[in-house]
Amino acid sequence: MKIAESWLREWVNPDLDTAALGHQLTMLGHEVDAIDYEGEGLADVVIAEVIAVEKHPDADKLSVCKVSDGNDELIEIVCGAPNVVKGMKTPLAKPGVHLPNGMKLRKAKIRGVVSNGMLCSAVELGLGDESDGIMHLADDAATGTPLVDYLQLPDAAIDLDLTPNRGDCFSVLGIARDLAALTGDDLKDPAVAAVPATIDAVQPVELIEPAGCPRFAGRVIRGIDPGAKSPVWMTERLRRSGLRAISPVVDITNYVMLEFGQPLHAYDASLLNGSVRPRLASAGEKVTLLDEKEVELRDDTLIITDDSGPIGIAGIMGGLSTAVTDKTTDVFFEAAFWPQDFMAGRARGYGMHTDASLRFERGVDPEGQGRAVERATELLLGIAGGQAGPLVVDSAEEHLPGRPRIMLRKDHVTRLLGLDIANDEIARILEGLELSVEPHDGGWKVTPPGHRFDISIEADLIEEIARIHGYDSIPETTAFAQSPLETVTETHVELERASTSLIARDYQEVITYSFIDAEANMAFTGIESELVLSNPISSEMSVMRGSLWPGMVAAAAANVARQQDRVRIFEASKSFHGTLEARTEVLRLAGLATGSALPEQWGSKSENVDFFDIKADVEAILLLASQAGEVTFAATEHPALQTGQAAEIRRGGVVIGVVGKLHPNLAKRYDLKRAVYVFELDARAALASLAPSATPISRYPAIRRDLAVIVDDNVTASEIVDAVAASVPELIQGVRIFDIYKGPGIEAGRKSVAIGLILQETSRTLTDDDADTAMAAATSKLKDKFAAELRD
Amino acid sequence: MQALSELIGQAASQIDAASDLAALDAVRVSYLGKKGELTARLKTLGQLPADERAAAGQEINRAKQEVQERLNARREALEAEALEARLAADAVDVSLPGRGSSIGGFHPVTRATLRIEKIFRNAGFGVRSGPEIEDDFHNFTALNIPENHPARAMHDTFYFPGGDLLRTHTSPVQIRSIAKEGVPIRIIAPGRVYRCDSDQTHTPMFHQVEGLVIDENVSFANLKAVLHQFVEAFFERKAELRFRPSYFPFTEPSAEVDITWGEGKWLEILGCGMVHPNVLESAGIDPEKYTGYAFGIGIERLAMLRYNVTDLRTFFENDLRFLRQFR
Repeated sequence: MKIAESWLREWVNPDLDTAALGHQLTMLGHEVDAIDYEGEGLADVVIAEVIAVEKHPDADKLSVCKVSDGNDELIEIVCGAPNVVKGMKTPLAKPGVHLPNGMKLRKAKIRGVVSNGMLCSAVELGLGDESDGIMHLADDAATGTPLVDYLQLPDAAIDLDLTPNRGDCFSVLGIARDLAALTGDDLKDPAVAAVPATIDAVQPVELIEPAGCPRFAGRVIRGIDPGAKSPVWMTERLRRSGLRAISPVVDITNYVMLEFGQPLHAYDASLLNGSVRPRLASAGEKVTLLDEKEVELRDDTLIITDDSGPIGIAGIMGGLSTAVTDKTTDVFFEAAFWPQDFMAGRARGYGMHTDASLRFERGVDPEGQGRAVERATELLLGIAGGQAGPLVVDSAEEHLPGRPRIMLRKDHVTRLLGLDIANDEIARILEGLELSVEPHDGGWKVTPPGHRFDISIEADLIEEIARIHGYDSIPETTAFAQSPLETVTETHVELERASTSLIARDYQEVITYSFIDAEANMAFTGIESELVLSNPISSEMSVMRGSLWPGMVAAAAANVARQQDRVRIFEASKSFHGTLEARTEVLRLAGLATGSALPEQWGSKSENVDFFDIKADVEAILLLASQAGEVTFAATEHPALQTGQAAEIRRGGVVIGVVGKLHPNLAKRYDLKRAVYVFELDARAALASLAPSATPISRYPAIRRDLAVIVDDNVTASEIVDAVAASVPELIQGVRIFDIYKGPGIEAGRKSVAIGLILQETSRTLTDDDADTAMAAATSKLKDKFAAELRD
Repeated sequence: MQALSELIGQAASQIDAASDLAALDAVRVSYLGKKGELTARLKTLGQLPADERAAAGQEINRAKQEVQERLNARREALEAEALEARLAADAVDVSLPGRGSSIGGFHPVTRATLRIEKIFRNAGFGVRSGPEIEDDFHNFTALNIPENHPARAMHDTFYFPGGDLLRTHTSPVQIRSIAKEGVPIRIIAPGRVYRCDSDQTHTPMFHQVEGLVIDENVSFANLKAVLHQFVEAFFERKAELRFRPSYFPFTEPSAEVDITWGEGKWLEILGCGMVHPNVLESAGIDPEKYTGYAFGIGIERLAMLRYNVTDLRTFFENDLRFLRQFR
């Protein structure tokens, strides 16, 4: 909300400069977003009257004007504004004047015609962000008067970021009240003297939905001058508050809303049919609003009706059929209390957001309706004349909010704030906020005023005390809760350690979005996501990812496109699975490598990364959790991977991840020309582990024996290793494959596998006989299982 | 026959002249070998009268010993030279880069998160996490944000059909952790959060860390202390903090916290407050007995300040040239 400093100071005028005032507002919880200083450096700009306008002889879009600044001699000015007309009053800056935008005016020849200054737009004067030509001042602006006097400048427009709990502060009065409570300065009396009725005219109102409209203040004013203009003090205050002047009736409703926080609506009284009846809409009812849009209503929406049907949405926007126009002479003012429960979220439901809805949603003073109508009446009679009927306030008292009496305990103030504030200071603060306070049994009974409907419990009061006493005054006291020491578990390896291992292997962590393109998700997982956002930022970010790969492959592709040919990245974050009703979030650790295996260097040949490079990286991570048992890699098929270079990773029969080569078709889709290898682990499962449990190391030497066998190509390395290891498990400590050979000397479809056996006993030194026995057992097992031939 | 001394002198000069081990060995053979000159002299001892033999033998042996010593000395010198030459040939250009792989690094947001975790762990806080797809109850209602509360409009929420949503803050972890662990409690909860907003200063996904401490007699003064100490620990410098009244439905009193940055400029870095009694009650905690504080910190904001990152969006572009700066 924007308010004019001068307006605020009319209500409370602390001895603070503008910046200090802004600081105090911020420290009250009404954060100042910006302060726009207006009217500085305009001392020499005067009001001029345009006496004559002629076309410039050499330029179509320029006019040559004769203007008067109140002196005898007319001043010739070349003006480019399209809106300059004879007789208009407008600001004039003469040669020598410095404008706030940095412009210094000089006498200048413009296309051969001398211009002795400039007629100014609002933007040029720093009095607005937009203008469609030079400023058109009211006809009563006195020629020759300094503009700042006429507009009552300088002033500052203070832009406040108000919190939604403080509906009472969406007005000059509200801010002034809070400020007065802080500084102790006097607040202007907000009471408005009743305007006596001079006619009997009354608009009947029926509260047929009293819960939705427990109070409705109305007043008829007849015979106003439809040609009246709003005074400059009012239009200027509206402008500095961010509202445009429209007509006296509309300007007055806006002005009173800004002043007291109570939105008003003005009807053309002559267009109303019968009684005004606020009620809930029936679904499907329609109303055309002031902005000329027809709205189909929902049944949770309060509307105003008369005999013709709906004539406006309560607290959001009035209807077109009863709107005031430039012909209106009879006005009916409405100031209603629409409870928050009936307003919350309604405007947004229609895609609307108005100054009125903003206030009603946050709450207005249930006692402020009559005052607002009195104020509007007083202003309208003063500006446009007319005869006022009596103020009529219809109320359904039982539906108006009650005033809670709240028990405030001194020791609770001290306990919550960690600061002992003196009793009389507490009472002074609360009374300064217009709360009524009576001492009671170690504390007080406190009743908030009507406008502080946000205060209902003790904590609300303690917050008020802290706010006015000052958060700065609360000390810093170190104390930590007495919760027990945290367990440090070894049942899983910390993700940070796994990440650090990948980092040590030259992987850079990335963070990609959790929501991705539906089609990409399908392509990478083979599953159509059921976790689809209703309101995504874009279709590329519309489903929850079932894999980290799509985001990572896109990140890799973006880097390759930026000439980063070698990409090694990992991500540790969640993937999302299942249906909305039965969903799981799985923490994953995924990696991607493409380009050369090693950074380009003098000492190693440049080779592209391959399956076994990335598999080694995966194995390194899995070794961190080796206590949990052996891991197996088995060939698999995967929608994102090239068959034949894809493996499923299992530990103890449970699938813990996948590794392989990204399918070339997918790589191509991302314009990735070199092979891309990826892995993805279920981090919880892959890193589940145990505390190590040591076994004694054998003190006897180990024996190594090698053997080479020829087997069918489709016999896997792990099958061979498992078979050998199982042949004499008590002797064989390790089995490793140290060579694979295919080619001349070996028949097609077969391969030679060289195997090294490490034999050791914990209780004795092995003999050659032991070794021979073990070799024989291993060989016969391979023969039986795989029809292996021993190779010499 | 040459005098022994002459022979020694001759041997010495040949030894000195030997330029490599082979030449030296030839010299050795020519004097000390089976047919060497000194060996031959020993063989001639028999021709001497018996009473002279011992003395002459001693003399020859001394000569042999001297030649041998000279040979040894020369050998050592030649070997040292040879080693020197071999080592010289082995010299490498030490300025060439090392062979093999390089290292990667954490994403700066993770780096900042780990830093935050360490600071709070050191103070005895546990680290918790919660689901990112949340229900309305945990994200809003349990946090004292009932339906149609205007605060919901402040959260541009991503919804799923049926009303579940992507959590808009890490605060739901408060509710889940209290339910699971009860009180007293002292935790932080870092993680991803989502808001339907994307421009220069907003990304639809970002990171927060939630803090929650509940016990008997936890006060706003404790909250001020912990946050001040945290900020100074995180930035490794003295910092002035400004606690400014604000509003969050789940805390009361609530504050936003600014720090001075640059020249006297206040910069908002986090929101906090005392846990609202309604939140405690809805979690089954007696607000008459327990009080608590909670805070929520935007991790990107801290990372930007700490690591001099000027554009939030670069965190999610994953440009390796950017990321490699954080190794």
